[in-house]
Amino acid sequence: MCALPSTSPDLSCRIAGVRLRSPLVLASGIWGTSPSLLVRAARSGAGAVTAKTCTPEPRRGHRNPSAVDWGHGLLNAMGLPNPGAEEEVSLLRTAAKALAPLGVPLIASISADTVKDFGAAAALVAQAEPSLIEVNISCPNVQAEHGEMFASSARSAAAVTAAVKASTSIPCIVKLSPNVPDIAAIARAVVAEGADAITAINTMPGMLVDAESGMPVLANRSGGISGAALKPIALRCVHEIAAAVSVPIIGTGGVLTGTDAVEMISAGAACVGVGTAIVGRGAEAFSFILEELTVWLRERGYASLDQIRGRTQRPCSPSVTNRPPIPGTHVS
Amino acid sequence: MSGAPREAACQHVAARIVEKTQENARTVMLALDAALECIPGQFAMLWLPGVDEKPFSIAGADPLSFAISRVGPFSERVHALEPGDRIWIRGPFGAGFSAAPGRALLVGGGYGAAPLAFLARALLACGGKVDAALGARGVGDLLFVKRFRDLGAAVHVATEDGSAGMRGRVTDVVRPLLRAGGIDRLHACGPEAMLDALASLCTETGTPAELSYEAYMRCGVGICGSCEHNERLVCRDGPVFTIPTGHASGS
Repeated sequence: MCALPSTSPDLSCRIAGVRLRSPLVLASGIWGTSPSLLVRAARSGAGAVTAKTCTPEPRRGHRNPSAVDWGHGLLNAMGLPNPGAEEEVSLLRTAAKALAPLGVPLIASISADTVKDFGAAAALVAQAEPSLIEVNISCPNVQAEHGEMFASSARSAAAVTAAVKASTSIPCIVKLSPNVPDIAAIARAVVAEGADAITAINTMPGMLVDAESGMPVLANRSGGISGAALKPIALRCVHEIAAAVSVPIIGTGGVLTGTDAVEMISAGAACVGVGTAIVGRGAEAFSFILEELTVWLRERGYASLDQIRGRTQRPCSPSVTNRPPIPGTHVS
Repeated sequence: MSGAPREAACQHVAARIVEKTQENARTVMLALDAALECIPGQFAMLWLPGVDEKPFSIAGADPLSFAISRVGPFSERVHALEPGDRIWIRGPFGAGFSAAPGRALLVGGGYGAAPLAFLARALLACGGKVDAALGARGVGDLLFVKRFRDLGAAVHVATEDGSAGMRGRVTDVVRPLLRAGGIDRLHACGPEAMLDALASLCTETGTPAELSYEAYMRCGVGICGSCEHNERLVCRDGPVFTIPTGHASGS
């Protein structure tokens, strides 16, 4: 075994001018219901934390079962339970105050039924002065009430982005859905309207059926797939978005280990969302992933995340294609 | 909680009710034909497809049992089930009680006694001695008095209306027991106000304690945050928390 360099690799990164000391971002919907849990994620090693999505009016959310661990990740349909944007402002204020000494930026998250209400929700949460605002146009579990999600088309995604940008000067991150034929086109459309960053991706719609009863397991029937099963879908989306736009991407979906984080950053992500990892690895998931990421980089002599970012964008070299050896040639 | 990513799923299992016992005016004990590897203090989700799913303390492992008190529409539906009917379970979830030798005082408030007879059996099996203090509004709400007596535990009872045992709150019978000394640890489950009062008493008397909290739970796996209590997740860090450290029990 060779000795490892004594210096730790630089794990810091930036989203829209906001510096993150670690590339791990607590994903929206996980723990974001209370300031104290956001602080817990920050203490565990998150570089930024995203609050639970709030909507203009309070929502109770769906009945149980609302989240099921099916062995390859989680299927959930919480239904965006939240106290409403007005109440959220005071929660965000408390959270921002508690996070400031830790040097961990707070990301507010908003959703709404109409383009206009997205703007209003953005203006409301901006009062709490979060570092960033994530615009959730891609929750798969509220379609029945909202009709088609805004992330479904470039035109509606762009309209929401424009409304939010007109309502606040706080940088905004638009969270996209994998459930579209061309996610790069949606990314280009939101960036054209001023999106400062992109979170890719939200959960993928799915359903579980209980064989004995013949009933869908979730009370909402369908839900969003997260965790291990989502990773290949997320990697493809991040790769395609990174090729299409130059804003930073929070690569989210199935990051459970340090190696998963390496893969996501290699696909072009600026930083990495973490959520479902907490189910399997507990509250310390962030510190485990950070440690694994640090060791991985150090063992290979990388000094910063910049050195591995976007490696999937390189053209495929002929030497790594799957060509059969030419008969008669010597293979060493 | 482990550092390694977990592979095991926790999906629903359809179980059949093999026995239904009336425990008090509004509580039935359901014994099921399914098995769960679990310890006292852990909980499971009970699901009736198309109705709802709620968390319940595990009241026994062999047979797998749940004490269900009628408190709302879901428990109403569960009460309507009979032996032979099916109910779906998933679990176990959460951190349970730890079992150690010595003299333990088990304190149950109302239907909070649900996991404590299971715990008493575990404590007795590892050579411990058990006292039980059970409190309720009235005699009809007392749970497991006979079960504890049958196990050979010394049972102390308090009811708010004086219809059984001492008139007053369960903390009124616990206070002199703790102050007299000789109790090595206290395990309790019940309403938050009772647990908070017990926490003060245990701190005052230097008695190690494990307290099981109830909370509104959604996901059950520690991500949604619905059950947060004093910065901790009841479904994952708890439901059993230790006093005075405030950390989850070692199990």
